Amino acid sequence: MNLAQADRPTIKWSWIGDNSDKIFARFIEHIELTVLAVAIGLLISVPLAIYAYRHRWFYTPLTSVTGILYTIPSLALFAFLLPYTGLTVQTAEIGLVGYTLLILIRNIVAGLAGVPPDVREAARGMGFSSGQMLWRVEMPLALPVIMAGVRLATVTTVGLVTVTALIGKGGLGFFILSGMRTDFITAILVGSILSLVLAVTVDGLLVYLERRITPWSRSRAGQRRPAPKTQSSIGPRVA
Amino acid sequence: MDQLTAVWEWFMMESTWRGSGIDPGILVRVYEHMSMSLQAVALAALLVLPIGLYIGHTRRWEFAAISIGNFGRALPSFGILGITFFITTALDVPGILGFWATFTALFLLAIPPILTNTYVGIKGVDADTIEAARGMGMTEREILTRLEIPLAAPLIVAGIRLATVQVVATATLGAVVAWGGLGRYIVDGLARGNDVLLLGGAILVALLAIVTEVAFGVLERIAAPRLTSQKKRVVAGSRSGQLGPAA
Amino acid sequence: MTGDVMISLKNVSKVFDSAEGSAAVHDLSMDIVRGETVVLVGPSGCGKTTTMKMINRLVEPTSGEITVNGTDVMKQDPVELRRGIGYVIQSIGLMPHRTIAQNIATVPELLKWDATKVKQRVAELSDILELDEALLGRYPNELSGGQRQRVGVARALAVDPPVMLMDEPFGAVDPIVRERLQDQFLDLQDRLKKTIVFVTHDIDEAIKMADRIAILNRGGVIEQFASPEEILRSPANDFVKQFVGVERGLKRLALLKVSQIGIEEGPVVSPEAPIRDAERAMEKFDYDWCSVVEDGELLGWVDRESLGGCLTVAEAQARPFSAYVTHDSTLREALDSIVTSRTQVAVVASGGQRYVGILSLERISKEIIS
Ligand SMILES: Nc1ncnc2c1ncn2[C@@H]1O[C@H](COP(=O)(O)OP(=O)(O)O)[C@@H](O)[C@H]1O
Ligand SMILES: [Mg+2]
Repeated sequence: MNLAQADRPTIKWSWIGDNSDKIFARFIEHIELTVLAVAIGLLISVPLAIYAYRHRWFYTPLTSVTGILYTIPSLALFAFLLPYTGLTVQTAEIGLVGYTLLILIRNIVAGLAGVPPDVREAARGMGFSSGQMLWRVEMPLALPVIMAGVRLATVTTVGLVTVTALIGKGGLGFFILSGMRTDFITAILVGSILSLVLAVTVDGLLVYLERRITPWSRSRAGQRRPAPKTQSSIGPRVA
Repeated sequence: MDQLTAVWEWFMMESTWRGSGIDPGILVRVYEHMSMSLQAVALAALLVLPIGLYIGHTRRWEFAAISIGNFGRALPSFGILGITFFITTALDVPGILGFWATFTALFLLAIPPILTNTYVGIKGVDADTIEAARGMGMTEREILTRLEIPLAAPLIVAGIRLATVQVVATATLGAVVAWGGLGRYIVDGLARGNDVLLLGGAILVALLAIVTEVAFGVLERIAAPRLTSQKKRVVAGSRSGQLGPAA
Repeated sequence: MTGDVMISLKNVSKVFDSAEGSAAVHDLSMDIVRGETVVLVGPSGCGKTTTMKMINRLVEPTSGEITVNGTDVMKQDPVELRRGIGYVIQSIGLMPHRTIAQNIATVPELLKWDATKVKQRVAELSDILELDEALLGRYPNELSGGQRQRVGVARALAVDPPVMLMDEPFGAVDPIVRERLQDQFLDLQDRLKKTIVFVTHDIDEAIKMADRIAILNRGGVIEQFASPEEILRSPANDFVKQFVGVERGLKRLALLKVSQIGIEEGPVVSPEAPIRDAERAMEKFDYDWCSVVEDGELLGWVDRESLGGCLTVAEAQARPFSAYVTHDSTLREALDSIVTSRTQVAVVASGGQRYVGILSLERISKEIIS
């Protein structure tokens, strides 16, 4: 590390301009890693959560396992995988997906459990089959809570992607790590701030998406059904 | 399988635990890791709890509390560490390389969950209960200490737990900026291509995180057996703003 | 009962798994005829809802047999069975994520009606239930309680099911709205002639809505199953007597029509008649007044005072009755007319003020006591 670098404390704006194509490429990589993780996370969580919702006994073991996964610091999780999957995108994705599961499963189950019983009963009384009940009544009504989970999972993943720089991926984390190694604040800030901006933007987009797909929950704010209540013990997965 | 046998053997060596040469051993690393984490959380709590109580009680500066919570969620902890590392080296802060960088980053990371949970907990105390208390002639201070704090206690403790678990996890990254802690094994294992160190470190870090989480759960139950069940009232996900990732 | 049986329950019992052997419904038998409204009424927890839900298999009977339109419900696919039975519950259960129009269209869509037919049906139903067209695009949480109830009824009627199950459908709205909804629903039923099983815990609502009432006691036991009038006239036992309440007689008056009891002729005189005729008529009935009727048409009344010094009745200027009742009025309305009029009787006229006769307090109280 070159501590003697003369212009150390200042930001080199020209570096940003000179490297804009690299920055853009890493930005896209960051988005790809995030979207892939959340998408796979959803593909896994939805069936598991639906099963756990219908068969209550399954919920505790499921959340225990995913909870332990969630508690393991990301660097350790990646380290577990490295000897087997190496410095590949699989290593990064297995870890990242692992972190989305607890959040998504909890919120999907909470969303389903929060469907008002009168709506459920009326639907049954009108002759909804159990599949129709799930996809036409329960899942749509669970959407706001599920979307809250998707938002949390996505923002979490955006942050965690930076850590994958240590296993050769990293998206914007690449700049943070190389900035640390060369004592170059410009790169650190570019990596951190763009990651922050990405997290905030994606969160905003998901809020917008949620509003679009749940127009009913917007109308007459005062009469909104309260969101279903669940436990609060999920800590943020930060590192 | 060979690898796992090697890891097992590594764990069985006394030098692994007690250290040899410049390697201080697992026991010292665990101590470093935990004392750094707990001190960072303690300092953050000392500073932030009063602020959270103030905001929750007076409902002033709510916007600031919400913003810090959201900001903490979106900020990558790896980035914070990068920034604190750069600043401490730029300022030539004395001490072990990476120590203050890691400490500052952990301290900053501990702030949002504690602040948000304290503020949300206090604010969430039933308004009618408070009005009744005021009507009975309780002073504002009495309302805070006898009503709001006890009722918000489970959430406040949960906030401290969230912060601690998060900080213990992030302390692993301290090794990236040349500090110690259990992350050392993983980072060294990565650097040297030594899978035994890598896996051994991963196991230690994972266990420490899980133990912290479980220990806190036990602690919460001992500290407030009547109140822990009320935690269930908190809403999932980001709606309450109190669960937030910040990697 | 005459007519063909639409719903039949034979020795039906229900014991919930969690209930440690005590039955929610015990050995209940009941035939419900096509086109009638049967109201299940009884104290809370007596098994009304359970009985009703067994008809569309939301609850499955432990023993006994239930048929709808001749088919054993247990031998039908529950989903198909339910699509053919309208279902309304107290909390309505509108789907908050679907607009009012979509909510009404729920079952037609399940049955895969084509879009134009669905749209037409929704328009028809909103018309029948007086739901403003502007409401159709809104979401349920933007409606008042009364509006939501009507949407719930519209939704249940969507595929014109011959059978409707209604569990305290008007229980959640305030009394004024409830009364309006009840009247509207009675009107509707007059036209639609559905077979309805209606659950309530409110005996007055039962009396108002029912063709027949089944009064249930704890454990789903029928204490009496009869027309409202019969239940009020001769309650089967003390339980029914107590459940029906102390105003039994008065309530019954609301069910009886003037045409159902004997109407007296009353003192009548024609306007051309001499005063003497009027006096004779009054003496005959021992009244101090007399109706003036010309060719069957009621002109009003005269009394001794107004006749004073006149030669014919016409000269005395008959005064109009402030109120009179018709064949279709209830005895309760007649009673009201009696106690508020000076004349101590209700005058009965039919369409176009054709004089029919009079109804005295004595005659009505005789009816209550019988
Ligand atoms: N799903 C159920 N599980 C167990 N017991 C039930 C269930 N539903 C109703 N019961 C019991 O059956 C009895 C009758 O209930 P219900 O039919 O709902 O009464 P009602 O509608 O007349 O108020 C009550 O004692 C009630 O507690
Ligand atoms: Mg009921």
